Amino acid sequence: MMNELIFFFNKVIVSGAVLGSVYALGAVGVTLIFGILRFAHFAHGDMMTLGAFVAFVLAAIASAMGISTFWPTGFIVLPFAMLITAGLALGIDRTFYQPLREKGVKSVTLLIASIGVTLMIQGLIRLFGGVQTRSFFENEPKELFRFDMSWLGSSRSINISEPQMLLIAVTVIAVVALHFFLTRSRLGKGMRAMADNPSLALVSGINTNQVVRATWIIAGSLAAMAGTMLALDVILKPDLAFNIVLPIFAAAIVGGLGQAYGAIAGGFLIGFAETMSVFNWAIMLRPFRDNLPEWLPNDLSIVPTEYKLTVAFVILVVVLLVRPTGIFKGASS
Amino acid sequence: MRRDAMLFLALGAFLLAVAAWQQIPTTLFMLVTASAYALIALGLNVQWGYAGLFNFGVMGFLMVGGVAVTFVSYPINEAFWASDGPFMLFKALLAAVFGGVLVYLATNSQRFGIKGKLRTFLMVMAWAIAYIVYRSQIDPAARLIEAEAGFVGGLGLPVVLGWIFGGVLAGAIAYVVGRICLGLRTDYLAIATIGISEIIRALVKNMDWFTRGTLTVSPLPWPTPSPTDIVAAGLEDATMSTILARAGFLSLTVLLIAVIFYFLQKAYEGPWGRMMRAIRDNNISASAIGKNVTKRELEVFILGSILMGIGGAILASFSQILDPSGYQPINHTFIVWVMIIVGGAGNNYGALFGGVFIYIVWTISEPASVILFDIISDFSEGVGIGAIPNIESRALQMRVFVLGLVITFALRYFPQGVIPERVRTEK
Repeated sequence: MMNELIFFFNKVIVSGAVLGSVYALGAVGVTLIFGILRFAHFAHGDMMTLGAFVAFVLAAIASAMGISTFWPTGFIVLPFAMLITAGLALGIDRTFYQPLREKGVKSVTLLIASIGVTLMIQGLIRLFGGVQTRSFFENEPKELFRFDMSWLGSSRSINISEPQMLLIAVTVIAVVALHFFLTRSRLGKGMRAMADNPSLALVSGINTNQVVRATWIIAGSLAAMAGTMLALDVILKPDLAFNIVLPIFAAAIVGGLGQAYGAIAGGFLIGFAETMSVFNWAIMLRPFRDNLPEWLPNDLSIVPTEYKLTVAFVILVVVLLVRPTGIFKGASS
Repeated sequence: MRRDAMLFLALGAFLLAVAAWQQIPTTLFMLVTASAYALIALGLNVQWGYAGLFNFGVMGFLMVGGVAVTFVSYPINEAFWASDGPFMLFKALLAAVFGGVLVYLATNSQRFGIKGKLRTFLMVMAWAIAYIVYRSQIDPAARLIEAEAGFVGGLGLPVVLGWIFGGVLAGAIAYVVGRICLGLRTDYLAIATIGISEIIRALVKNMDWFTRGTLTVSPLPWPTPSPTDIVAAGLEDATMSTILARAGFLSLTVLLIAVIFYFLQKAYEGPWGRMMRAIRDNNISASAIGKNVTKRELEVFILGSILMGIGGAILASFSQILDPSGYQPINHTFIVWVMIIVGGAGNNYGALFGGVFIYIVWTISEPASVILFDIISDFSEGVGIGAIPNIESRALQMRVFVLGLVITFALRYFPQGVIPERVRTEK
């Protein structure tokens, strides 16, 4: 029985937590931008890819300079990549969104503009980086931690790779830091006020321009974090995050657009839902196989593996229909 | 009006220049594809321009059209009809109907006095049972068909029938999608429609028994004589037969567009069009004067999706291949939006202009970038930085960048499009 539980832990809990962390980091950015600027920022996925590419370039420079530490180089350069991506996010806002906002366009127009930005970032990344995949671990080993579980009577071990562990750790740190920022700092409180009621925030003397800038900085750096950690865990490719922008939106909507905590919860919910729905539950029944009826099929996964991403879309559509404001009652401007 | 005519003349001159540069067969190829996109753009214009509905799932409807035309026009697969496949699919259909009835009953259980949490519970159970029953029937059927016959094949019927079926199927799916989603606000509607089109893509890609998935289905027949038909009929010159065949195909699509355009324009100018614009501009006042907003929006959503389905079917027939992995949101959803925004939402002439113009720009930005990169490469070699590596593959990526640039530029400097909507006023 223990073997099966460990297998379940590896396949569902670990993968779900990894996936959920990436979704949560992305969804926080999406939800903050929606709360403050009132539009669905579609280019967020490509901002993540952009951050990952920035980190890759920095890591290449670092290893060319001969910097090598106990940690993966891609992780060491992460703070710098976050800074640069935050700057790029501010620049993108200045050039593309701010002029439109000043014209007072509808939020739909901003959404379409963000798709234009997505295409431009994608085009540029492929123009300079080509379409091939890259690994952060070409010159250094990717460590895999095995936790021996024999004391529980299991022959299997819990497996988790170094990037996965770091990803979960930085997500926890980012979430805690975000919590303190939003609840304790003046700027963070201003952000929450502006998300609740922009005009009231403006007349109460909150510097809305500063809040907008802070939003882009947070969203950009979290996007770089998520993108880099995802690329460390899997592989770096030009469509790294474009494919997961919809699950991220699903996470943000499930959590209630505009709600930072909701987005984190939504991210993990979607992540676990995906891993649980492709998990073959028949494995859990294996200890009782002698008592099972004949007609029970060998594959008891809820959906076939190739439909993994579809789970997020189905959850998205169902939540939109049943409770469009999300489980944490989000903004519905 | 004179400005519009000038714009279309300029487009014609642009096309002639492209034809001189890229040779006539390539230009004809582009034009046929562009005409299919123009039809799709008209469909989106009906949804977004007439009624303000935010459909970001264009790709899904194009895929539906492609699958439909493949099923109707591809030659019959004898191995499938000789196997147990049809019977097992019939059982799966019965299971689906059973599941549908179950879900319908659970959804309407308040008529039998079941309310609140119990009804929710029944609905969830009904969906779960329906899913399990359907899966238990479709899975063995799919395995059997894939093992014994590859896939179901087609019906071997005329291609134009397949186009019509593509429209009908897309319309039917639009009915379901519209019933589900049209109540949502714009941003949510956009995300929901993208989600649905991704679900459709996942299904088409993985239903190997029906679409052959990543193996692709080809060659799909043409409705007009294909180049090989013309060669077989006795015309030796390969270039000439290609030109004739493509011109034949083009004349069919142009005729189709002309007919559809005429009726769309009639509808737009008539009371129905005015009502749709009223709903778009202020749905509250429209419903206050007695218009059934939900119903009208559903109607217009279906109409637009039918056009998209036909367009998708034409695209698949013309390229002669159903390749589910070839469908990408950029090439099949966002580009159509760029067409509408650049052309002018709410104006059919604008949609037509944007459809043809943006498609040509999208296609020629690749060879144009090759030239540009060659110049830069020569220059950088001259100054000693070195040449640009892999110019060909990089140039392909410029299309995406150019598309993004065009969309942001258009939104900022001419948000109404080059041929904006004209509201007729009493003089």
